[in-house]
Amino acid sequence: MTRTPALCVSNVSLSYGARRALDDVSFALDRGRFCALLGPNGAGKSTLFSLLTRLLVTREGRIEVAGFDLARDPRAALARIGVVFQQPTLDLDTTVMRNMRYFAALHGMAGREATARIDAALERLNMRERAGEKVRALNGGHRRRMEIARALIHAPEVLLLDEPTVGLDTAARRSITAHVHDLAAEGLSVLWATHLVDEIEPSDEVVVLHRGRVLRQASAAEIAGEGDLIDAFIEMTGGNDEAAA
Amino acid sequence: MKAWLVALHAIVLREAMRFLQNRGRFLSALVRPLVWLVIFAAGFRAALGLSITPPYQTYITYEVYIVPGLCAMIQLFNGMQSSLSLVYDQEMGSMRLLLTSPRPRWWLLFCKLMAGVAVSLLQVYAFLGIAALMGIKMPAMGYVYVLPALVLSGLMLGALGLLISSTIRQLENFAGVMNFVIFPMFFLSTALYPLWKMAEASRLLRDICAVNPFTHAVELIRFALYAQFNGWALLWVGTGAVAFFLLALLGYDPARGLMRRKG
Repeated sequence: MTRTPALCVSNVSLSYGARRALDDVSFALDRGRFCALLGPNGAGKSTLFSLLTRLLVTREGRIEVAGFDLARDPRAALARIGVVFQQPTLDLDTTVMRNMRYFAALHGMAGREATARIDAALERLNMRERAGEKVRALNGGHRRRMEIARALIHAPEVLLLDEPTVGLDTAARRSITAHVHDLAAEGLSVLWATHLVDEIEPSDEVVVLHRGRVLRQASAAEIAGEGDLIDAFIEMTGGNDEAAA
Repeated sequence: MKAWLVALHAIVLREAMRFLQNRGRFLSALVRPLVWLVIFAAGFRAALGLSITPPYQTYITYEVYIVPGLCAMIQLFNGMQSSLSLVYDQEMGSMRLLLTSPRPRWWLLFCKLMAGVAVSLLQVYAFLGIAALMGIKMPAMGYVYVLPALVLSGLMLGALGLLISSTIRQLENFAGVMNFVIFPMFFLSTALYPLWKMAEASRLLRDICAVNPFTHAVELIRFALYAQFNGWALLWVGTGAVAFFLLALLGYDPARGLMRRKG
């Protein structure tokens, strides 16, 4: 028996006026996999994330989350998604716990249930001892970890992260990347948008997006072949300095 | 349904906490109408003679006349402030967090509206309290009857703010909109002078005042403060609230609205 993919994107296109931002994008994310959406800046990653989170909608193509059609059953689909946007979405002048409670409430959770889930999510990201601190007092890495923990409160089936390491130092980047790989190893399905190949492990699935089109979907090892992933990526996309980490 | 109410509670609480933590905003929200009440009204008291018109049953001083208009002004400014905060939220990204939660988008935006109304109620009642301390008192039941009127007018003005926020891309564009919305709405209304007084100056201006939804918000509040019902004002304000909200929903529609334009 085949399992429904955690995320299935089929023939999705989107235009801003005359400009084709996404062109016939199709890929599937299997359950419990870490999938990197790899593309240079301007490839269409953030636009695709806006479609996956229903901040934008398109009539061209179909998106399914854990078997739920995002267009027909958006609430069921959104309930199964955890999102970490590229731009931080935190109330800086309130505590970590209050930020988490607000998010839990948006998902309909309050009281003891919310507290238990928040504690578990913070524990998972080694952030529990920071619960009482104001977000403004946290460094960039801890803020990101907090956002990831927040995205896990409602136990999503798919975790979407849009370039989550932007602006972080090397140590924080490595730590966040390792944490999310661990989450995938525990069974969570992860779609990680990036333009930095050093965030990808050989066993990870990779979807290469360039100029709004999917160039290839395969494991990082397969795409790299005999050489390095970065060389293969640059060859596919026609050269891009920023890919070098 | 419980989940919907949990979201409503969280959004209203967040907005109220943000308002109460921002002392500058609280203070300016109170100082603005008090300046009008203490300085402007004192200057105009002698210049403006007021006849006895409903809901008043006797001659009133100008200070008494403008209190309902100032209550509505607080809500107008608050609606625009909420709109500003929505534009800020869009720039800062927290709007994305709200709009990607698994509740209907209309409900999430309605929660935002209600949060703005709750904040405006805090401001209006604080203002009415200070006015009472200054000797400008309303009938006791007026303070109760005015609550639903304030909720409805707050919804209408908040929905207008929501609509405006759906059309603005950047905070920098906001000042111009404030000038083109707040001042005309406020001055072309019955907040500072009755319609018949405006008619003495210009029938056209009087007609514009008569169709300004803000005029009807002022009158709804004025009548309610005297424990009276103004059905016509209620109809106008209710219709305005629904119309502005529906238009704002179009602006926030993911298929055609703000997020698409922002790219």
